[in-house]
Amino acid sequence: MKEVAIIGGGVTGLEAANKLAQLGYTVTIFEREKTPGGHVAQWDRLFPNRRNSMEVVNEFKSHLNGNPAIFLSTAIDKISRKGARFTLEAKGKSFDADAVLIATGFELFPAEKKEEYGYGIYDNVITSAELEAMFKEHGYPVTKSGKQPQRIAFIHCVGSRDEKVSRPYCSKVCCVTAVKQSIEVKEAIPSAEIYCLYMDLRMFGPGYEDLYKEAQQKGVNFLRGRLSETSELEDGRVLIKTEDTLSAKPLKMSVDLVVLMVGMSPAEGTSELIAGLDLKPNKDGFVEIIDQHINPVKTKAEGIFTAGACTGPNNITDSVNAARSAAIEIHQYLSSK
Amino acid sequence: MKKEGKKKIWSEYQKEIADDKFYFVRSCIRQTFFPGSDTAYLKILRDVLGKDVYEDPNHTTCTGIAYHTEVVPFSTIQTVVARNFALMRENGYENYTPSCVTSFGIYSEILDTWHHFPEEKQRTRDYLRKATGREFEEPANLVHTSDVIYKFRNEIAAKAKYRLVNKETGEPLKVVDHIGCHYSKMFPSKGVGGAEYPQVLAGLVETFGGEVIDYPERRHCCGFGFRQYFVQANRGYSISASKKKFASMEPYKPDLIITNCPGCNYFMDRWQYALEEMEGKTYGANGEGIPVLSYEEVAGIVLGFDPWKMGLQMHQTDIEPLLKKIGVEYNPDDKYKGPNGEDLGLPKGLKFIKD
Repeated sequence: MKEVAIIGGGVTGLEAANKLAQLGYTVTIFEREKTPGGHVAQWDRLFPNRRNSMEVVNEFKSHLNGNPAIFLSTAIDKISRKGARFTLEAKGKSFDADAVLIATGFELFPAEKKEEYGYGIYDNVITSAELEAMFKEHGYPVTKSGKQPQRIAFIHCVGSRDEKVSRPYCSKVCCVTAVKQSIEVKEAIPSAEIYCLYMDLRMFGPGYEDLYKEAQQKGVNFLRGRLSETSELEDGRVLIKTEDTLSAKPLKMSVDLVVLMVGMSPAEGTSELIAGLDLKPNKDGFVEIIDQHINPVKTKAEGIFTAGACTGPNNITDSVNAARSAAIEIHQYLSSK
Repeated sequence: MKKEGKKKIWSEYQKEIADDKFYFVRSCIRQTFFPGSDTAYLKILRDVLGKDVYEDPNHTTCTGIAYHTEVVPFSTIQTVVARNFALMRENGYENYTPSCVTSFGIYSEILDTWHHFPEEKQRTRDYLRKATGREFEEPANLVHTSDVIYKFRNEIAAKAKYRLVNKETGEPLKVVDHIGCHYSKMFPSKGVGGAEYPQVLAGLVETFGGEVIDYPERRHCCGFGFRQYFVQANRGYSISASKKKFASMEPYKPDLIITNCPGCNYFMDRWQYALEEMEGKTYGANGEGIPVLSYEEVAGIVLGFDPWKMGLQMHQTDIEPLLKKIGVEYNPDDKYKGPNGEDLGLPKGLKFIKD
């Protein structure tokens, strides 16, 4: 039976593994973290319907029954080609495969790179991922002092569409995530004032516009303007400065909590990993595909496929579709051998 | 506030600062408005630290203010800068240390231009040769004089007579640090600590025993913004910018404002006086102003230099509140005496912030 190695045990890797196993291949997933599910498993609820993220992760995990197999806490250090097969090395061990799927996902943009936003310095400046963790733990956000915030600012496009931090691309999912989170905060703390500071609201998926409308109906304020800087006030609140570009007025306000909507960055180590296969990342640092319209899951290296957010920002729907597409492409490739 | 977050950023913005043999370049306004800065700098470097600092009588200002106000074209300022570089090498120096932040920005901008557009450098060579017959080389090390004091902060602290500590309470003095825009906002990598949380003055203050205040309008303009002040009709913006800063720092009860830019020092010092005249409002404790000093003037105070011999009486906002808090020994009667002890008389026509 031919073997397929999948690097990355997020939803993309899990779903591709499931389909390939159903097609009769021996599939092994290599996941560098202790648990599968990638970033989705870290999230509390998903847009647009706010279902529990673990429902989705558990569905994909339910197929892990020996084939596909998964190695956790196993980071692949090197992939090398040996004739028609590949050798993957991790922790001094090696694994062979007839085809490889790279599904290494993404990293959250390191918010401290936007130095002027004060992440890592001011106590009440957090990331969207940390807000999800708060929802998981408490069901509502809390300030550093443990209080429920009464005024919250969501800052869109942190590490997205920003050439200053070498992230010129849109991360796609942050807008709708901010809208989702703002509704969740409003539901958890009805008295809270919420402000979303955005450049454009890119509600591209089904149900996203509905979510945006719901947020407005629930009293979330949307201000078109980028954050210029934050400062910490004596009482621990955060002073934010922006411009309301629709009314062309500078704006300054103090908030209890600032949530930075961090974008997607290329996963650490992926470009080094593919370099051994003579593959280069694309201009944004993600895995380069042959053709985004016709060949969206193939790389220039024969037998090496890719899917999910390691090719660029994706939502779960796109990642799962790419996973299934990759499974079919790998099947066709191995069938022709 | 997580101090470790700042330290992490600081660690990413460190730069090479030469150890000795400095070619010193003056500002066009600094020594006129507050001569204590240059006096203290040269004395600290030469007498306290034993460094070789050369000041060439033939060097000129960078013409930066004229460049930024579009009076001097870019090709001209490049040639002026190249001439100063030529003088430095002719005198056997390669470490260029401008004392003005605007100049530091000019030099940094021009070196960066030459890096990206070598044809500009070649054109400047031609202009300089044609105008003066000189040839130039870029400095081996270009740093601002505040970088130099920062580098030697521990050596200075080891020889200090005083600390930035309230003599009565034993508490660290609260210090506002204000960096000139052209020090690191144009090129964050060229400033110690970067642009958002600069370390160059904060590191100095902490080493001398003080505590830096992080107040909301910390990054706001000092009031000098060239287009605010040089365009006469805009001067209301200038003083209102300064007022915004003072109002923002006031609740934190600062004992001192330390700057590394001649313009910042001038405007934060003088506008306090103007605001007191206009509105009867002062921003320090007990109706006093907040003393505004340059980094080397602060270093001079902690080293025990005589404040009046340094020239600190040239600051419009009185510095005595600071001297008293630190416990500096000084003679109030010497404030308006000339270099030979002659009585110069009190400045006339001025109402002082309470002293």
